[in-house]
Amino acid sequence: MKINYIGTVIADNLSELMLPYFQDMVHAGFPSPASDFIESPIDLNKYLIKNNAATFLVRVSGKSMIGAGINDGATLIIDRSIKPSHNSIIVAAVDGEFVCRRLKTKPKLCLVAENKGYKPIYINSQIDFEVTGLVTSVINQFT
Amino acid sequence: MSIALVDCVSFYASCERVFRPDLKERPVVVLSNNDGCVIARSIEAKKMGIKMGVPWFKVKDRYIRKGGIVFSSNFAFYGDMSRRVMNILDSISPKTEVYSIDEAFLDFSGTEKNVGCFNFGLQLKNTVGRWTGIPVRVGIGPTKTLAKIASYQIKKRNIKSRVLALDNQKDINQALEATPVGEIWGVGRRLNRKLSMAGINNALQLSYAPPQDIRKRFSIVLERTVRELNGERCLEIEDVSPTKKQIVVSRSFAKKITNLEVLNTVINDYVVRAAEKLRSEKQKSSTISVFIRTSPFDAGQSYRAIKSYSFTYPTDDTRDFLYAVRKTLAKIYKPNYRYSKAGIMLSSFSDIGYVQNSLFRESHTYKMNSKLMKVIDELNLNQKQIYIASQNIGRFKPIQRNMISPKYTTSWIDLPVVR
Repeated sequence: MKINYIGTVIADNLSELMLPYFQDMVHAGFPSPASDFIESPIDLNKYLIKNNAATFLVRVSGKSMIGAGINDGATLIIDRSIKPSHNSIIVAAVDGEFVCRRLKTKPKLCLVAENKGYKPIYINSQIDFEVTGLVTSVINQFT
Repeated sequence: MSIALVDCVSFYASCERVFRPDLKERPVVVLSNNDGCVIARSIEAKKMGIKMGVPWFKVKDRYIRKGGIVFSSNFAFYGDMSRRVMNILDSISPKTEVYSIDEAFLDFSGTEKNVGCFNFGLQLKNTVGRWTGIPVRVGIGPTKTLAKIASYQIKKRNIKSRVLALDNQKDINQALEATPVGEIWGVGRRLNRKLSMAGINNALQLSYAPPQDIRKRFSIVLERTVRELNGERCLEIEDVSPTKKQIVVSRSFAKKITNLEVLNTVINDYVVRAAEKLRSEKQKSSTISVFIRTSPFDAGQSYRAIKSYSFTYPTDDTRDFLYAVRKTLAKIYKPNYRYSKAGIMLSSFSDIGYVQNSLFRESHTYKMNSKLMKVIDELNLNQKQIYIASQNIGRFKPIQRNMISPKYTTSWIDLPVVR
């Protein structure tokens, strides 16, 4: 299936983000009968957000998670209602600051970066640590 | 039969902490519009002796010196966090009444048999806390009034779990006895005095009073309270919010205003906002009141005045209100005073459909031309584009919010940063 038309996007309100799409290619001079039937529009909200009340967006600063495909300046979608487990990518408050890391629950509880230049953060009683939420998606914008 | 009152702990201050983990366990206060008074305090700030409503300048130096954190109010952000909390409650119980920005009643009759009242409350508290970062108290009782009392007792007894379920008579009586009548929902200061003169000092004593006597000596409203204290449901969950009876827009100014024209311009802004709100609620108003006052903390002469203007029939046209304000303000304005606050109130509402024709139609009214207002409202829906000429368009900065936090959840450029 090809998508060959993307509608105008209103960007200041995610819930208005509806992209109508056509299921068939439109050939010049030969209108497909199917193109009369616009399918229900794609709603990025529905696709990316399962629990509206618990979902927050945050912005990434730095390259600590570059190996996981999270670029500097990316937007993360985090869902606070999903319990993270071993290997989840999470946002956590560590000593009063938000970080994005991969959670390791074994052999020792720690947060690891996806970048050789960053040391793992081992969670012990001296560190003020709280999981904020699970990262469900990343939006890397190229333009 | 169980009702829960879910009440956010120091709501505005808690919001400010959600995206500032560095503020955990630090004193946080939030100031009113224009940084005038303290309107929210974290527990730590309360412990420092910062009182609700205290003028900021009075406590500022001491509070900051002791390491306190302060924010101007960020209502766009608080509104979004409130929406999240209310959505969660609504998804848990279909019978939810949003009582204020940080409080809601839930009817969960039927569910309590499965999990028990206390556990239900605990689940509510944990879910809201986990999903939004906002701590809540959950008071549970057979009636709304008792749920309110449970919530009050959580605060008073400083219950660590922040959940109290009054689901048996022994616990109810204990809570009632420990609740002064002045703390009962709907009992104001005057009623409080009258009751204590009659020898009724706590909620338990009031609950023993025969309802018929209370109705005779006080009011039918208080009779209902007595019945509710006895577990008889008189106040239902209102899941449909009743239409407003009045709209008030008032602000204190960052800088004192003495000039009539400037005052008029600033008030016109309030009028435009109030009229927009009025139209969005499909109401018409036939009375507008204007008030102005000097600061009670100003060493100079003090003055305050309020005056109403009545239309012969209801209107929702901004221009009608602007006309009325200009006339009314000119009557109450006195030169040489340093005005610190002004406001307007629209009242005497009636639905748009029902408008009685008057014999004496005012010559200046614009009633036939409500299309114009509709067009302006549509254009202004997303972004301010059309102004009335007499409005304040950035010429004066009447509002001061120097310490406002980012719009973390409603603006792309203000998203919280993670490293």
